[in-house]
Amino acid sequence: MLWWELVIYIFVAIGLTFNGLGVIGLLRFPDVYTRLHAATKATTFGSIFTSLAVIGWAFAQLISTGNSWNLTLALHTFFAIICLLLTNPVGAHAIARAAHRSGVKPKQAVVDRLEEVKE
Amino acid sequence: MIDIWFLTALILMIWIALSIIRVAAGPTAADRVVGLDTINTIVVALMIILSVAYNQLIYVDIAIVYALLSFVSTLYIAKYLEGGF
Amino acid sequence: MLPFIITTIDALIIYLLLTAGSGDFLYFWSPEEFVMGIFLSIIVGALARNYLCHSKNYRMLNPVRWLKFVVYAIGPFLFAMAKANLDVAYRVITGKIRPGIVKIDPKLNTDFGVTFLANSITLTPGTLSVDVDEDTNVLYVHWINIPEGEEKKEYADIKKVCGSFADWARRVAE
Repeated sequence: MLWWELVIYIFVAIGLTFNGLGVIGLLRFPDVYTRLHAATKATTFGSIFTSLAVIGWAFAQLISTGNSWNLTLALHTFFAIICLLLTNPVGAHAIARAAHRSGVKPKQAVVDRLEEVKE
Repeated sequence: MIDIWFLTALILMIWIALSIIRVAAGPTAADRVVGLDTINTIVVALMIILSVAYNQLIYVDIAIVYALLSFVSTLYIAKYLEGGF
Repeated sequence: MLPFIITTIDALIIYLLLTAGSGDFLYFWSPEEFVMGIFLSIIVGALARNYLCHSKNYRMLNPVRWLKFVVYAIGPFLFAMAKANLDVAYRVITGKIRPGIVKIDPKLNTDFGVTFLANSITLTPGTLSVDVDEDTNVLYVHWINIPEGEEKKEYADIKKVCGSFADWARRVAE
C-alpha cells in the first residue's frame, strides 16, 4: 500500500467516525441545545475530513496521471468546504435562537440568563 | 481504491437514515429542524464522495449549491419558528 | 459607488474560481466564460450592493487583516475545533453534561466582530451562541459543561468560555 493511500484511508475513517458521533449525539442528548452541540460541531468536522480525503486523492491522481481535471476537483471541493464552514454555525445559531424564542426550555439547566432578561 | 468511496457513501447513508429517526421522533419542531440540518451537512459530504466514486465533477458543483440553498431554507424555517415576520 | 465595485469584484473572483480550467485565455479561462462572468458580476453587484457593505465600513479591505484571518484560521481555530470534537465525542459516549445559558460581554463594537466571535464560539469546545443583544453586543452562550460556581456570576469568565478568541476578533475585525 502506498503512503498516500494510507493517509486517505485515515482521513476517511476520521470523517466517518465524527459524522457517526454527531448522529449518535443527535439521538442521545436530552434537549435541542445539546443536540445542536453534537450535530453542528461533529458533522462539520467529519464532513471536512471526508472532503480532505477527496482533495488528497485528487492531488495523488494529479501527480500520477497529470490530468488537470483533478485540480479542478480539488478546487471545487475546497470551495464546498468553505461554504460548509461559513454556513453551518450561522444555521445552528438561528435554530438555537428560534428554539429559545418559541419557548423551548433547556433541560437539566443549572442557569438560564436569557430567560431572566426576557421577563 | 475506487471501492472505498462506495463503502464510505454507504456508511454516510446509514448516518442519514439514523438522523431521520430524530426528524420523525423529535418532540418539538426545533428538534426536527436540527435533524434536518444534520442531514443537509451529511448530504453535502456524500455528494463530494460520490463525485469521486462516479468520476463526475458536476456532483461537487451541485454540493456547493445544495449547501448554500439548504442554509437559506434552514434560516427561513428558524425565522418561521421564531414567529417574527 | 464603492459598495457596487467591491461586490462586483468579489462576485467576479468567485465566478472565475469556479470556472477555472475551462480554456486557454489567460491560461485558465475560455473567453466566453470571462465575458459572461463580467456580465453576471455587474448584475449581482447592482442588485446586492446594499447587503454586502451594509455598515458602510471598509476596514476589511486592508490585506493585513486578511493575513491575520488566515493565521487565525490555520492556527488557534483549527486546534480549538479538533479539541471541541474530542470534547463532544467524550460527552456523547459518557453522557456527562451540566448545561446552562450564560452571559458574556466581549466588549466588541462592530457587527462583523460579533459575527466572527459568535461563529467561532459555535465551532469551539462546549459552547454554542444562542442570542445577541444588538444594542450592547452582549452574547448569550449555551455551555454544555459549566464549571462549579461559574453559574452564580452575572457575567461568565470570558477566558473560560472562549479562550483568546475575543482578542483575535478584536485584532481581525476592529
